[in-house]
Amino acid sequence: MRNLWIIASREFRHYFISPIAYALATMLYLILGGIFFINIYYGLQTGQINPDGRMVIGPMVTILLFATPAITMRLLADEYRMGTMELLLTAPVRDWELVIGKWLGAFGFLFVVLALTWIYPLLLHRMTSPGIDQGTLLAAYLGLALAVGAMLAIGVFISTLFRSSVAAFFVALGVMLALWIIGGLSSGAGTGAQLAGWLSFVDHYYNNFYRGVLDLGDAVYFLSLTALALFLGAQVVQARRWR
Amino acid sequence: MIEVAGLTKFYGPTPAIQNLNFHARPGEIVGFLGPNGAGKTTTMRILTGFMPPTSGTARVAGYDLVDQSLEVRRRVGYLPETVPLYPEMSVSEYLAFMGSLRRVPDLDDRIDEVLEQVDLSERAESFVGNLSKGLRQRLGLAQALLHKPEVLILDEPTIGLDPAQIIEVRRIIQELGRERTVLLSTHILSEAQQVCDRVLIINHGTIVAEDTPGNLQSQLAGAERLTVLTSSSNSELMRLLQGVPGVSSVRPGGREGEVELATAPGRDVRPIVARRVVEAGLDLLELRSAGISLEQIFLQLTREENDSKAGG
Ligand SMILES: Nc1ncnc2c1ncn2[C@@H]1O[C@H](COP(=O)(O)OP(=O)(O)OP(=O)(O)O)[C@@H](O)[C@H]1O
Ligand SMILES: [Mg+2]
Repeated sequence: MRNLWIIASREFRHYFISPIAYALATMLYLILGGIFFINIYYGLQTGQINPDGRMVIGPMVTILLFATPAITMRLLADEYRMGTMELLLTAPVRDWELVIGKWLGAFGFLFVVLALTWIYPLLLHRMTSPGIDQGTLLAAYLGLALAVGAMLAIGVFISTLFRSSVAAFFVALGVMLALWIIGGLSSGAGTGAQLAGWLSFVDHYYNNFYRGVLDLGDAVYFLSLTALALFLGAQVVQARRWR
Repeated sequence: MIEVAGLTKFYGPTPAIQNLNFHARPGEIVGFLGPNGAGKTTTMRILTGFMPPTSGTARVAGYDLVDQSLEVRRRVGYLPETVPLYPEMSVSEYLAFMGSLRRVPDLDDRIDEVLEQVDLSERAESFVGNLSKGLRQRLGLAQALLHKPEVLILDEPTIGLDPAQIIEVRRIIQELGRERTVLLSTHILSEAQQVCDRVLIINHGTIVAEDTPGNLQSQLAGAERLTVLTSSSNSELMRLLQGVPGVSSVRPGGREGEVELATAPGRDVRPIVARRVVEAGLDLLELRSAGISLEQIFLQLTREENDSKAGG
């Protein structure tokens, strides 16, 4: 268990010295800041600011769709490419500790980045007179954290499959886009549509969490997706020992 | 302690090592000698728990390699062939990371100690990515020593080092080999001869010879080679020396009047040879015995093996 923390904290610190992380955070804050500014600007002109704290969350989800594969792509692929996997796999570390540790490090980093976006709803809260609905916002953020955990887990899993982090990026992005657009098939009737809705990332996020509703089913969906992806990642690491 | 029985590893359909059997005791330095692609690295990767064998078993530091892999990994120090390092970390950060994964007590002091040992103290704050090849090799060794492992597995530990460092690293290995079990691979035969208590010669994934460097030299090479130079012709001299007891073969030498004798192990035939030459009325100009180097044995063994493979 301690190994998990050691690996997680190494990854966490690594993000703060890596250019990708800074590029990502900068881009995120600039885009969100721009959107926020435009909203406030027009709001002031019409004299009516829409007191919805989620104005930054919608675009953020889209950005994260592309950002999470970029964050996870190198986690294990690079260890394989640089040969440092030989070091980790001959140290007294269990394969799952390694995989979960990597995921936790990435999650910690993204958690900090997301927590900082809270500043926009806080500003909005001060600018509008009854303030914003904190409950809805909290639920939306909670759902976002769960969804991000699942996306990162998928990214970590895909990263175990490759030596090239670029390959890991595109495959992870492909998988996430698939889980994203599958929701479009869920509108009709029948078992196919039901299954699509069941798998859909979008449905599980926007139908409840985003509306301020805490739904156990949705939480279970994201948590089990996370667990499944991390389990598969550990299996791949173990299987790749055999080569 | 390393005990290996029937160890076999296939990469796809091709075997990299086949049915290896050997052991190494504490206080013993065992050298793994073999040409490129012989299977040295493969064997070491299996013994360090990096990958499982296809079949066969091994016990390392008293634990089963497959069933108790974690226990084995706790007790083994490993220097891989291409030293894997994190370029963005500093030397001391790198050792701190590896040391914490291995639960090294009093880690900071221990890091200072191993850095001192491999003569890297001044570079403690350098980035690993900026180290030269030899310095990386030394950092890899520091990493392998960090947790005072019972068993050390070193894949070509002196490669890329300057002469002074080669001597230093060999000294470190010999010192460690007094209490610990050390398995090291090398292409440098003089290194094996100098450092190892026992040598395993491996070729095409099988062990073709195993003994102390000294014994290998005398036993396998047909003991000694004797060069005799006289004032006669080659053919006359060959006829003269052919029947001498203890001489197993006679070949013409490089010069006129010179022959080379191979002798059976453990017999000194020089007095008889000298007498024969003088009694035949010839002048004895030179009588020189040369031990066969491990180099020659190595080439001989691995060549024989290749020939028999090629033959069928
Ligand atoms: N990952 C791998 N996949 C397939 N074949 C491999 C792999 N690693 C090694 N081999 C093959 O297994 C054989 C043994 O390789 P190994 O690296 O163990 O040799 P070695 O004795 O360490 O050689 P060297 O002295 O060059 O380091 C070689 O034929 C090699 O090509
Ligand atoms: Mg090798």
